[in-house]
Amino acid sequence: MTAGPLLAIQGLSKSFGGLQAVRDFDLDVPERSIVGLIGPNGSGKTTVLNLVTGEIAADGGSVRLDGREILGRPAFRVCRARIARTFQLVRVLPGMTTRENVLIGRLFGSAPATPEHARKEIDALLDRVGLSDLADQTGAQLTYIDQKRVELARALATQPRLLLLDEWLAGLNPRELQIGIELIRRIRDEGMTIVMIEHVMEAIRALCDHVVVMSAGGLIAAGAPDSVLNDPEVARVYLGDDDA
Amino acid sequence: MILFEVVLSGVLVGGMYGLIALGLNLQYGIARMMNLAYGEALMGGAYTAFWFFMLWRIDPLASMLFSVPVAFCGNWLIYRYLLSPLIRRAANQEILEADTILVTFGLLFVFQGLALVQWGGEYRGYTYLAVPIDLLGATVALNRLMAFVAAVVLALALYWLLRSTRLGGALRAIAIDPVAAQLVAVDVPRLSALAFAAGGAIMAAAGTLVSMFLSFNASIGIVYTLKALIVVIMGGVGRMLGCLMAGLLLGLAEALGAYLVDPGLTLAINFALFLLVLLVRPQGLFSRG
Amino acid sequence: MAEKPASRWWIAPAAAGVAFLAGLPLLLSAYTVSLLISVLAYASLATSWAFFSGTTRYISLATAAFVGIGTYTVALLSDHLPLAVVLAIAHMIGFVIALGVGLSTLRLSGIYFVIFTFGLTELIKQLVIWFEINQTKTLARYIFVNASGTLIYELLLATATIVIAGVWWLSRSRVGYALRVIGEDEMVARHSGIDTTRVKVLVFAATSAVMSMVGAVLSLRYTYVDPNIAFNSLVSFQVLIMALLGGIGRPWGPALGAVPLVLLSELLSGTFPHHFGIALGICFVVIVFFLPGGVMGLVDRWSAWLPRSALRRRKES
Ligand SMILES: Nc1ncnc2c1ncn2[C@@H]1O[C@H](COP(=O)(O)OP(=O)(O)O)[C@@H](O)[C@H]1O
Ligand SMILES: [Mg+2]
Repeated sequence: MTAGPLLAIQGLSKSFGGLQAVRDFDLDVPERSIVGLIGPNGSGKTTVLNLVTGEIAADGGSVRLDGREILGRPAFRVCRARIARTFQLVRVLPGMTTRENVLIGRLFGSAPATPEHARKEIDALLDRVGLSDLADQTGAQLTYIDQKRVELARALATQPRLLLLDEWLAGLNPRELQIGIELIRRIRDEGMTIVMIEHVMEAIRALCDHVVVMSAGGLIAAGAPDSVLNDPEVARVYLGDDDA
Repeated sequence: MILFEVVLSGVLVGGMYGLIALGLNLQYGIARMMNLAYGEALMGGAYTAFWFFMLWRIDPLASMLFSVPVAFCGNWLIYRYLLSPLIRRAANQEILEADTILVTFGLLFVFQGLALVQWGGEYRGYTYLAVPIDLLGATVALNRLMAFVAAVVLALALYWLLRSTRLGGALRAIAIDPVAAQLVAVDVPRLSALAFAAGGAIMAAAGTLVSMFLSFNASIGIVYTLKALIVVIMGGVGRMLGCLMAGLLLGLAEALGAYLVDPGLTLAINFALFLLVLLVRPQGLFSRG
Repeated sequence: MAEKPASRWWIAPAAAGVAFLAGLPLLLSAYTVSLLISVLAYASLATSWAFFSGTTRYISLATAAFVGIGTYTVALLSDHLPLAVVLAIAHMIGFVIALGVGLSTLRLSGIYFVIFTFGLTELIKQLVIWFEINQTKTLARYIFVNASGTLIYELLLATATIVIAGVWWLSRSRVGYALRVIGEDEMVARHSGIDTTRVKVLVFAATSAVMSMVGAVLSLRYTYVDPNIAFNSLVSFQVLIMALLGGIGRPWGPALGAVPLVLLSELLSGTFPHHFGIALGICFVVIVFFLPGGVMGLVDRWSAWLPRSALRRRKES
């Protein structure tokens, strides 16, 4: 393998009718790094994730994983190419138990297994994200934070190389936030590459190696967390204290 | 010249399809109810016209004075007491859709069974205005022409009502976004019930018109429900003008297919068109975006 | 893990039960056997329907179309080919047609699938009528297969056993999980690596093929068929109610639902043939009306009623 980035996005574009949701977006994600994707609501962050994971079709551009083009593949193939994601609005299967919710990632992900074989791994995974006690509750019975954990565990169960988190830390209380940050750090330390969409600046400072800022579909700033977060342009976009 | 006659007959039937699709659009596009028993109102209207004509020699058009209000009330009751309770308890749109599909599928067999018990399964028809008329060199039966004119008048009246009145504006607002409509003080439940009932009434009227030139039996409802569904999908859910055009298109396709291939294959032509739309433009032929 | 042997304890009694059922025609009157034939046929249909439509919530209204395809295959071919071949052909035709329907509609939103399956019975009926009028100039067909009630019974018992056992086995395999995930949230299914279109289309085709097979075997009872008899939409409705009544969360639920409805149909169809549809429709509407969770809620309630140990076993096996 060459020393190129694990994920390389170039010129990615998408418009919905007249609205240009993502325009000419570039991003390189080096292996074993955490890249933060920030920007105000509606700036196109989730759309980037949807384009990369094959949920929606792009108008143009290229997305390469380890040098191989994956843009245009259906979502299930992107998953099998070892890219996993969570959803901004949590999507836990309400009628399945926690264990089953996570199991399906293992059954169909990048290294498909039979239900018998996957069992032990799943229990270890549940333990890792702190869900062991809730393994037999159904998705509908779980609290919000536990649903988020289930989503993360399900994504990990697909055995990804690249993990895409869409505001995974949003809505957590300060204590849960610390646990969440620790968890993500640990996952990275074990070799994962992560792109996280996030509004919690504390988490971005604590975790990200690199931050890119989107506004109105385009990239407006990129760099180390501290310099980007102190950029007046970024503050202006976020706080909206201009006349726009 | 033959071709002109074929096109003409396609247009005449197409007007009818446009009308029944408009009615379904009121039920599915505005009231958001997928009603699989929709065609049973047409069956009811047709039988009413038939019996009024056979027993008392009442003009079919006059029989609408009876069948249309009855269908309106019947559909209103169905919406109010069978379907709207489903809305209140459905956890999400998907569950609601499944519930209404299943319930109206059941209703279909109730109405069809009642008609079978009452009138048997044989085909019925009566002779009304079976006078050949010369239209630009082509010959058409007066009853077909009457039915077409009545269908077009009804459809245009409905279109005008939706396009140019306050009530119509409110209904279109519901079709676009019921939640937003509620926010601007549109009485969504009441108007949805009204739209649903009006859809059924239109179907009864269409039944009367259809019976003037086609024979029918107790199980004819499914076929017309299906045609209406196909036209609505082609024209775009909630889009009235699109439905009228798609109705004409379906009528033309059927007439041409019957002429060029075989008259026994009209439903196959319907499905072929439906498939084509699904493959090429799932969002509807005449919808934007 | 400890439950694993426990979850199989009933296999021996079940096998004994099937053997007992296979011997029943020796003990029972011809009339009772013919009732059991209907039960077995509808049990297979309802189980097949539930496995696809119940789990994925893509409601198919086309059961009658596939049953009719089987019936007509027998009517057209049984004079020329051996019975086993005819049954295999019926199976294949059902599979291929369902494959076409699935490929053209199951990629899209569920509503297109409903509409398409809703019209499919009528479409195929018209095509058969068209074919018959052009080919034979008559709509009547006579079936001269020398099949005793016992043979039909045994064939359907075998079908029902295979279908129920197959569904039981599949529902705890990856296919079963894939269908359940699709039913719960298709977006999650896609992003968890499930090739949703493939699973949906193949399972729909396989279960529809079973329906054609059942229709073919069932047709051996008739001496006379015409398109209106073979393609009767009420069958689709009946099967759907059986599955929902019997319960979709467990493999043998839909089969149980077949029993009361076959008896009701038997009770009514002799004296009041048309009243059956009315009674069924009204019952159904009333049931839905008084079910707080709705029809599809029934699906969830059935799985909620499963004892916890059973749930756990299903999940762990
Ligand atoms: N499927 C869609 N159809 C139409 N518009 C969409 C769709 N998805 C997103 N958008 C629009 O694209 C813009 C970017 O949305 P999104 O990517 O969700 O923003 P973010 O995640 O940064 O808040 C928004 O204006 C949103 O309304
Ligand atoms: Mg977002």
